Amino acid sequence: MKLASRHLLGLDGVSHQDIELILDTAVSFKEILNRPIKKVPPLQGKTIVNLFFENSTRTRISFELAQRRLSADVVNFAASGSSVTKGETLKDTARNIEAMKIDMVVIRHASAGAAHFLTQVVKANVINAGDGCHEHPTQGLLDMYTLREKFGSLKGLRVCIVGDILNSRVARSNIFGLQTMGAEVSVCGPSTLMPREIERLGVKVYHHLDDVLPHVDAVNVLRIQLERAAAGLFPSLREYHRFFGVTSERLAKVNRPIAVLHPGPINRDVELSADVADGPHSLILEQVLNGVAVRMAVLYLLGLSE
Amino acid sequence: MSQQILLQQGRLIDPSAGTDRVVDILIEDGIIRTIGTGLAAGDGCEVVDLAGMVVAPGFVDMHVHLREPGYEHKETIATGTLAAAFGGFTAVCCMPNTNPAIDDESIVEFVKSQGQRSNRGIVDVFPVGAVTKGRDGKLMAPISELVQAGAIGLSDDGAPVHDAAIMRRAMEYASMYDVPIIQHCEDVALAKGGVMNEGETATRLGLPGIPNVAEEVMIARDVMLAEFTRARYHAAHVSTAGSVALMREAKKKKIKATCEVTPHHFTLTDREVCAFDTNTKMNPPLRTQADVDAIREGLRDGTIDVIATDHAPHSLDEKEVDYIQAPFGIVGLETAIGLSVTHLVATGVLTLSQLVEKFSTNPRKIIGKEISVAEGQAANLTLFDPGAEWTVDCSQFHSKSKNSPFNGTILKGKPVGIVNHGLVLINGTYTGKHI
Repeated sequence: MKLASRHLLGLDGVSHQDIELILDTAVSFKEILNRPIKKVPPLQGKTIVNLFFENSTRTRISFELAQRRLSADVVNFAASGSSVTKGETLKDTARNIEAMKIDMVVIRHASAGAAHFLTQVVKANVINAGDGCHEHPTQGLLDMYTLREKFGSLKGLRVCIVGDILNSRVARSNIFGLQTMGAEVSVCGPSTLMPREIERLGVKVYHHLDDVLPHVDAVNVLRIQLERAAAGLFPSLREYHRFFGVTSERLAKVNRPIAVLHPGPINRDVELSADVADGPHSLILEQVLNGVAVRMAVLYLLGLSE
Repeated sequence: MSQQILLQQGRLIDPSAGTDRVVDILIEDGIIRTIGTGLAAGDGCEVVDLAGMVVAPGFVDMHVHLREPGYEHKETIATGTLAAAFGGFTAVCCMPNTNPAIDDESIVEFVKSQGQRSNRGIVDVFPVGAVTKGRDGKLMAPISELVQAGAIGLSDDGAPVHDAAIMRRAMEYASMYDVPIIQHCEDVALAKGGVMNEGETATRLGLPGIPNVAEEVMIARDVMLAEFTRARYHAAHVSTAGSVALMREAKKKKIKATCEVTPHHFTLTDREVCAFDTNTKMNPPLRTQADVDAIREGLRDGTIDVIATDHAPHSLDEKEVDYIQAPFGIVGLETAIGLSVTHLVATGVLTLSQLVEKFSTNPRKIIGKEISVAEGQAANLTLFDPGAEWTVDCSQFHSKSKNSPFNGTILKGKPVGIVNHGLVLINGTYTGKHI
């Protein structure tokens, strides 16, 4: 079984069948991760470059672990700061990589569409590890994997994404992927952090957590970025926490457990209270482990496509 | 020995005279000598068969970026006017966002003289002067000197005149010369950081949006200022249904406000951005189908006076970057007639005569360069074949830049040639002895 595309640029437009293939493949890789010897040979002889134009710790480490456990040769390129986020450098960097006979590129970039752009200038398989506010498909997949593992199926599952939807690539990948898998997705956050016409993506929009929590099985809580308040999108982190923070008090009003996901890193007691993050319904550390398995599955499956 | 050219059997459409009939036109030394039927060619007279073609008063593209001085790697006055000539335009108005800006009479003179030196001067280059010095929105540019040197209008294009008081004073001052202030309508605070239309597609793509209201609040303000100052105001490249509605209201109130639309804004929607093709990035951005429909209605009912291309050349290197980094703008001179005939005439939005109004009669009235196709007048003509089908091949553009989203598009309606200043360019070659 192969994926329809030789790149993973986003989950928008990826079929039910392909998402299921990735998640099913990840199940066997997760099993490998629980073995004493965690290394398998499928990508032996393949060279992968992790091209990170934006700071990232966990995503890069997760990808690198996945690559090494599949026996790939790994090169890390980390560039942060304004001079290298310019598109021209991206083109030049990409062409240099091409010249060095790289098989796959994992790219994170501050600009939406950067991964698409890369596919136009290199022949390698491209995996989007986050492009601006557009998509972060492996995060969406690992969230879906975690939910599927917890609930058995994504079909009919009710998931609310809470927080800064406007600026979130995680939100978009979750919306597209979960909807394809038959889940019912809602979003909740301040109206200034809702992108215009978000309802046209088929999600229900809420501005009050207490309105939506009784109707969901899981919440995926997004990191709120401190600079958004400075940009005038909401008044303060204190007010954000009071009205949009996922707290044990809020969750307790609903008389059944709600699973809690967070893509990390957490601002404790801003979008998520510490007791919820560390509580019995938190799947946050499961997400981290599943992230490696899902990324192994993506790398493995794309490695099959020439 | 005089030079004679006989244009035979062309369909002369001149809305200013209410003309629409098949005629022969005899041109002698650049002057229309006779318009009639069955005219005979004398000795040495060149005969051009125009059966099936339209002959119209010379088209003017009143919104073009020729990039010279300062950005000659994108376009020069020579390459830009050549693209205009091949696109069927006998005149272009070039915007002042050059380096240095056209904010001084010496730059107006330079641009005009470069135009006269380029391509034998077959395309008239009418500079648009800056409203403010350096186009920075602070101090009024030397408007009297600019107009005296030949500026046909004033604009800080690309940089809207944001301060309402400065706009008011510029309108009052410009009204002494009856030249229009041409505004790139955009509230920069509302549009800040945006790269495409704000709405469903931007939401899906995670690209920062430019809301339609960013354009509309500026038009609303400017129309009120135009009413207050009784000055002439021209809104460049309107792109939203709301802008069309505002302009319609302004015209009802007899405010001296006119506006233009680009071919891409009546043909494409923001869904084109889905593949992150940087040739779909322009400002104002491509909007929605509802906006396209409203613009077509505005063209039909006369709310929109002019079709202008906002020809904005950028080099391949500049456009071959990720979407957010890419500069705004596309070239348009060589696809304007094809897109307009295909999407407006063939679809019944405009008659051919109304199309000629939008490309010639109306813009020429706005910039004060009216012409007529009549005996004794200088021959200033655009010739096009409304039935010809052709495929856009950007690599064949005469513009130095090839940044167009229409590569490979099949269009109906093709420019055939132009006549101006005694020069005749037909199917890519000059005709006549003066050459």
